[in-house]
Amino acid sequence: MERLTPPPVRRIATDRHPRVVTPTPPVDGAGNGASEVTGTPSALARRRAARPAAAYPPEERMRIESVSLAYGEKWVVRDVSLPVRRGEVLGLIGASGSGKTTLLRSLNRLTEITAGAGRAGRITLDGEEIHEIEVNALRRRVTMVFQQPNPFPMSIFENVAYALREAPGRRRRARRATLEPEVREALRRAGLHEEVAEDLDRPALSLSGGQQQRLCIARALAADPEVLLLDEPCSALDPISTAVIEELIVELRESVAIVIVTHNLQQAQRVADHVAFMHLGELVEYGTAEQVFEQPRQQRTRDYIGGAFG
Amino acid sequence: MSASAAQPPTIVRPRRESISSWPLADRLAYGLCWAVGIGLCVVALGIVAFMFVKGISALRPSLFVESPAAGVLQEKHSGGFKDPLIGTFIITAVGIAIATPLGVGIATWLVEYARPRWLARTVESAIETIAGIPSIVLALFGLYLFARPMFSFLSASASDGTVTGLSFINAGIIMAVLALPLVVGTTREALLQLPARMREASFALGKTRATTIRRVLLPSSRTGIASGAVLGMGRIVGDTAIIVFMLGIGSSKIEGLGGTPVLGTLRGTGTTLSAYIYYYAPTGDGNSPNKAYAAGFVLLMIVLALNALVTRLTLRSEGERAAVRGIGRRMWAWERWPWSR
Repeated sequence: MERLTPPPVRRIATDRHPRVVTPTPPVDGAGNGASEVTGTPSALARRRAARPAAAYPPEERMRIESVSLAYGEKWVVRDVSLPVRRGEVLGLIGASGSGKTTLLRSLNRLTEITAGAGRAGRITLDGEEIHEIEVNALRRRVTMVFQQPNPFPMSIFENVAYALREAPGRRRRARRATLEPEVREALRRAGLHEEVAEDLDRPALSLSGGQQQRLCIARALAADPEVLLLDEPCSALDPISTAVIEELIVELRESVAIVIVTHNLQQAQRVADHVAFMHLGELVEYGTAEQVFEQPRQQRTRDYIGGAFG
Repeated sequence: MSASAAQPPTIVRPRRESISSWPLADRLAYGLCWAVGIGLCVVALGIVAFMFVKGISALRPSLFVESPAAGVLQEKHSGGFKDPLIGTFIITAVGIAIATPLGVGIATWLVEYARPRWLARTVESAIETIAGIPSIVLALFGLYLFARPMFSFLSASASDGTVTGLSFINAGIIMAVLALPLVVGTTREALLQLPARMREASFALGKTRATTIRRVLLPSSRTGIASGAVLGMGRIVGDTAIIVFMLGIGSSKIEGLGGTPVLGTLRGTGTTLSAYIYYYAPTGDGNSPNKAYAAGFVLLMIVLALNALVTRLTLRSEGERAAVRGIGRRMWAWERWPWSR
């Protein structure tokens, strides 16, 4: 009888010391910024090129400075400081109830939906306190993908176009033809375009779970954000879809700063460049993925990674 | 080994729970539940069958195309119910056209905003109160309200200047009040059933609450809104008190006021099927019960069609739809009924 040999472990090659991309044009990924559909620079590329380079320091995008978060009387995050940089993936790990999701949601002020949520400390986006930025403008610059794929019950096209429509400085009823290049580009960046290019009018809910999640990523990318927040994006997906999305995350960090919350330590190891380990609302350890996973400085980190709790 | 493997395994049927092991009171209650359930079906089928038999035998094609003879309260009724039928459609259209946007607005506010809380609670109680008001009381109030001089533009005035308050638009407004709680209720349910993550997804894209409501939440609850509207239509179609009070006793034809065609009709008086039945019924002034049966049959068909529409709209999944179709097939498969064997 044949012996069963385990298949080789699939590892995604990630550069642990990523080149930090300067935000000045030309735009990475999209060649010279010319859209493949129209041959002219897409609106997305133009907008990205039009960004003032000086306003954006080369690497750091967001800075979390001694932030504490509370729901009512209960403090769920205490005195956390972290940098969020473009060109790298920041992984937040920790047991349930460690406050990592709350911290993530506070980055685009989604915690404010919950009544009684409060914050101490500073969170800045490109040097500007996020409380000073109009909330909807902030959420277009810092978008989020959730644990459960949550496409709207509309067509694939409408799901992505929704993110583009009704933004300030845009005609409310943009025609489909004007939106289509941007929608397709967002789908391409999310690695979904090839699978759905033929039929953008299919209902989004007819896609598989993994495709739905990539559609949600496309939707989050369509507004051309500076920071992408991922709240356990793969926990509802099968391993193959998970691998596809992990590869995508690693690719995307070139153009957006990515923060990912995950329960899955292997996943954090695979995709994250820097890892922050949180426990009961406190930041226990922050360092490069290698350092945190291979030479943890704190006993609690060692216990968590070794499976002692969580 | 191989011999036993070739044999299909015997299926063991576990012994089912026997009702004889139940206490007597439970057994009695069980029997009672069955009895009332079947009793209800018998009553419903009985009414429908009665109206079928009585209605179809009295139904003539001419009834649909002839107007009622003038003066329904006089002896010797003749003519058909063309005008009442059209009147039913007009009043339903007016009522639901007013009730749907109002109801959707109220429900949206209740689910998505509802601040301050005391106001939300007050609105909720107001909706419940309206749902509990008998339609004849609503009609009385409506007649008082719309007979005020300030509403003279909505209905005809007598020669001495008194406002009659009788018109399709006035009756339609009061009908809208009648249908409002149904629209609010179903829309609210539909909005409450939408997952919170749908709202979050929209907020996380930097959309305002208003945009989220308009482009995501309301489109996603359109089946709920539609079934609320259809339920409200069923309520309007069947109501008699408001028609008798607010479209005028004794109106038998749709009589528009002068002026533009549509507005004139809306400001004018008329009648509906429900009022037609009321006047022609054997008990009251009527002495043409056959016509009442025919009109009643038509009204019942309209209501059943609306109910079927609600069922169709509210069955979300294909599976549920298939199950209902299955019931239909089983009902029609006569050869499978016990007495056919």
